[in-house]
Amino acid sequence: MPVCCGRRWRMHEAPRLLPVRTDPPVVRGILIGAAWGIVALFLVAPLLVVFTEALREGWQRYFAAIREPEALQALRLTLLITGVVVPLNAAFGLAAAWAIGRFQFRGKGLVTALIDLPFTVSPVIGGIVFVLLFGRAGWFGPWLQEHGIRILFAPPGMILATAFVTFPFVVRELIPLLEAQGREEEEAAVVLGASGWQVFRRVTLPAIRWGLLYGLVMCTARAMGEFGAVSVVSGHIRGQTNTLTLYVELLYNSYRTAPAFAVASLLTLLSLLTLVGTHVLEIRGLRRFEP
Amino acid sequence: MAELVRSLPFRRRAVARRSALPGYGLTLGWSVLYLNLIVLLPLSALVLKAATVDPARLAATLLHPRTTSAFRVSFGASLAAAALSAGMGLVVAWVLSRYPFPGRRIADALIDLPFALPTAVAGITWTSLLSASGWFGRPLAALGVQGAFTPTGVVVALVFVGLPFVVRSIQPVLQSLDPEVEEAAASLGADRWQVFRRVIWPEIRPALLAGVTLAFARAVGEYGSVVFVSGNLPYRTETVPFLIVTKLEEYDYAGAAALATTMLGVSLLVLLVLGWWERRSARLLR
Repeated sequence: MPVCCGRRWRMHEAPRLLPVRTDPPVVRGILIGAAWGIVALFLVAPLLVVFTEALREGWQRYFAAIREPEALQALRLTLLITGVVVPLNAAFGLAAAWAIGRFQFRGKGLVTALIDLPFTVSPVIGGIVFVLLFGRAGWFGPWLQEHGIRILFAPPGMILATAFVTFPFVVRELIPLLEAQGREEEEAAVVLGASGWQVFRRVTLPAIRWGLLYGLVMCTARAMGEFGAVSVVSGHIRGQTNTLTLYVELLYNSYRTAPAFAVASLLTLLSLLTLVGTHVLEIRGLRRFEP
Repeated sequence: MAELVRSLPFRRRAVARRSALPGYGLTLGWSVLYLNLIVLLPLSALVLKAATVDPARLAATLLHPRTTSAFRVSFGASLAAAALSAGMGLVVAWVLSRYPFPGRRIADALIDLPFALPTAVAGITWTSLLSASGWFGRPLAALGVQGAFTPTGVVVALVFVGLPFVVRSIQPVLQSLDPEVEEAAASLGADRWQVFRRVIWPEIRPALLAGVTLAFARAVGEYGSVVFVSGNLPYRTETVPFLIVTKLEEYDYAGAAALATTMLGVSLLVLLVLGWWERRSARLLR
């Protein structure tokens, strides 16, 4: 199973340095310098440029830009999409991880492989598939039009596209955890008379909670930041189907650079929060297992 | 009634032999239903749409110079970015897992930034950095290199996207490497370079390859980070995902479906190769 977006080692373990494993100081200096250079150029500079561009026209313009009605509408839509998608994917993640991690059935390998699929396909594909299903020339398009139901170029389509793209995050975190944990404790609970819900609540959940939380954080971050898939199904109706990322694009393409970066800085802060959150979760004793 | 009572413990035992744990039917049923609704049904709509396209039109779409050029840009830039990420990722992963130095934890936490940062934000950020008046664009322009709206810019943005895949694939392997193996090699007279070449490199090579493959797969399908910095000039910097979106906006659903299915095929191939590679290395380890 390919490693994807999870981190599969523990950071708080300092590297063990034995005399024989230390490289010559010159080599060490060059490599540390190179690594810092790469980190500075590729990771720190983009972070800094977001905030300098956002504040280029001053704090007042900055706050004005993020308080515009269109920005607030975009924020509301982003929160709506995330609020629907994350619980759905979490429910799927828990169910699928339980079925895959606890039982043997035919086609298990296939199901596991299919779960990974949205990670490797282009987000654009995550959008186009729903256009082909619900678009005017799509499978359900004519029927939907007859009944006056809007899915495409409306929030339902954007929710579906986001669900497609963020589909694997929770389940991918949980399957290795459940498999490594083994089923003996749960079987013991069942033998002692626990109901299914009690087993989940008292035995399974405490063991997987950090992994679950990690998956939820990653899923939320990705759902709020999704761009390609949502862009395809949104129809770009101003004031209606713009999410935060689509609003950033709109501002940027209409040469309103500073407001675009102001809204982008909100998303950047969110991703920094995500980084801190996942980091803390790891230090809180989340054990990662090699797949 | 008696019949039923007699059958009860018997049936219980039959279920118990399979598993004592509850919820099999419910969880599997819900998972398969959700998987079908969100992933499989939509993807099959795509494949079926592409299958109904007239073969002559399909060939015309796929062999159109604009399409072949988009494939060249997408795959060329992704390959270049994956290769660059491999080199840089190896250095970063090595330093992060081997050397204690000030700021190591911060650098380590920052590696995940491209995973967390929305692609559209990355896109406008790199465009700003690489534009002629940007922080990187101005020194590059002095050297006669144009950053934004060129394939170079696309490659740089894709390195940003791919770097964490490489680092996060190698890091756990480097950290779980048994120090005694290196000690043994050193005590047998190998110098550091020989230890790296003969002992460490064979260990990290599969992980590096997996990371690079993932970075490549992600780069080929990347949209948000690339769409701004590339400028989307047909025949020059236009990528396949952008061409698909263009075709959709022109209501050329058949053409879009054909291109998307081709890309889907590439993704599946990548997954298959990765799976095969992992099974092979797992077998070799045993």
